[in-house]
Amino acid sequence: MKQDAILITSLDNVATALRDMEAGQACHFLKGEQAVSVVVQDAIVYGHKFAVVDILKGADIIKYGEVMGRATADIPRGAHAHVQNIESLRGRGDLKHKGGT
Amino acid sequence: MDFLGYARKDGGVGTRNDVGILSTVICANEVAERIARQVSGTTSFLHHQGCCQTPVDINRVTDVLIGLGKNPNLAAVLLVSLGCESTNVGRVAKSIAATGKPVEIVTIQEGGGAAKAVAKGILLAQAMVTAASELKRELFPICKLVLGLKCGSSDTTSGLSSNPVVGILSDLIVKAGGTSILGEVTEFIGAEHLLARHAKDQETADAIFSLVNQMENRAMQMGFDIRGGQPTGGNIKGGLTTIEEKSLGAIAKAGSAKIQAVYEYGVRPDVEGLVVMNSPGREPELLTGLAAAGATLITFTTGRGAPQGFPFVPVIKVTGNEKTWDNLKDHMDFNVSSVIDGSESLADAGNRLLDEVVRVASGKKTKAEISGYTSSMDIYMVGPVI
Repeated sequence: MKQDAILITSLDNVATALRDMEAGQACHFLKGEQAVSVVVQDAIVYGHKFAVVDILKGADIIKYGEVMGRATADIPRGAHAHVQNIESLRGRGDLKHKGGT
Repeated sequence: MDFLGYARKDGGVGTRNDVGILSTVICANEVAERIARQVSGTTSFLHHQGCCQTPVDINRVTDVLIGLGKNPNLAAVLLVSLGCESTNVGRVAKSIAATGKPVEIVTIQEGGGAAKAVAKGILLAQAMVTAASELKRELFPICKLVLGLKCGSSDTTSGLSSNPVVGILSDLIVKAGGTSILGEVTEFIGAEHLLARHAKDQETADAIFSLVNQMENRAMQMGFDIRGGQPTGGNIKGGLTTIEEKSLGAIAKAGSAKIQAVYEYGVRPDVEGLVVMNSPGREPELLTGLAAAGATLITFTTGRGAPQGFPFVPVIKVTGNEKTWDNLKDHMDFNVSSVIDGSESLADAGNRLLDEVVRVASGKKTKAEISGYTSSMDIYMVGPVI
């Protein structure tokens, strides 16, 4: 199967598009050895990510099987997962001023 | 596996045989550049430091210039000095000369100004090139290679293909007894726990954590979210969302070898194998640090297509982004998008890259060398310009 996206480990909750996808398109990829598909809710350009499961606000974003940030809003399955709904947990000098962690 | 390199008197092996025209202070850059432009076989290293700095940085400029001068890719060195800079030019010359390499100095103020310094420098450089041109390449095993690792203008393909392929390459060179230098501490943030697992002992792991803490604290002290700085605006356009995501992809280029030691910026490793060097992620400072540490060849992975090379160290551009490969042919040397489309395994691509490294180490020119895109260099400073 030629994949439209890549899910690096089965633990990941975001996948990376390997071609430009239009909203409403079914995106095919492998989860482990199992072929799965997700209908993308937004246009996803090459190299950008989308949620492969519903991700709740505040949940960890997992890629490479590791935590790469946190959801700042609910990210429904198939939605574009990027800087508009994911924040870094590191190097956040701004949080000191907001009193957050 | 062997490559054709240049034997140096101190035991180093060069992949190039240039005469280096090194500026010792920003104010001498233009003379150094004019000399290099007029003498075939020379290359200039220019930077913005060397004066009006705190002692820690002045010492660093001096040490980095020594490191660059000692790099086995240089057959001889001409230092271009203004004459009143803080850089210890005498120490630079003496330390480089201790390797058995010819070293000369031209001083602008003592020598009667820029025009006379250029004229004198041209004559000295011509004599150095004449002598260097008699050296011949000889066969050496790849354990004599010192590989520098760099990624720049990354996108998500960097973590998926080009960095893991370079990781295989680094493992192959380390396994053969060579040295591989990993820098870009900013791009350890969020992945340092994985890197620390590769440390040969707890002391080395602690040193990695300490470097990352220092780098992260420097960014935090500015009181902002580092996004836009790291990952950069370009990284974000390319699909990278957080520094953690960038780091998890970036450290793949270190492969799976044990990390033997951690060094300060520009310091030459005194062990073989994979080592870490304290350095930022930005191209000019990182490439300079790798060259000062003795890298004789650098692999530079890029998703969106960074053009920078280095004046006297070949920089092989590796991309896993097929659009960048098609669009930026003038700057890209090696395509590993085959890994993403599933037509080639990581191991096969890594072996193919090793073949290319041997070709380039033996004299094949890189796109950055051919296009001459090599002058945006600088030395990484820790303190202010004052």
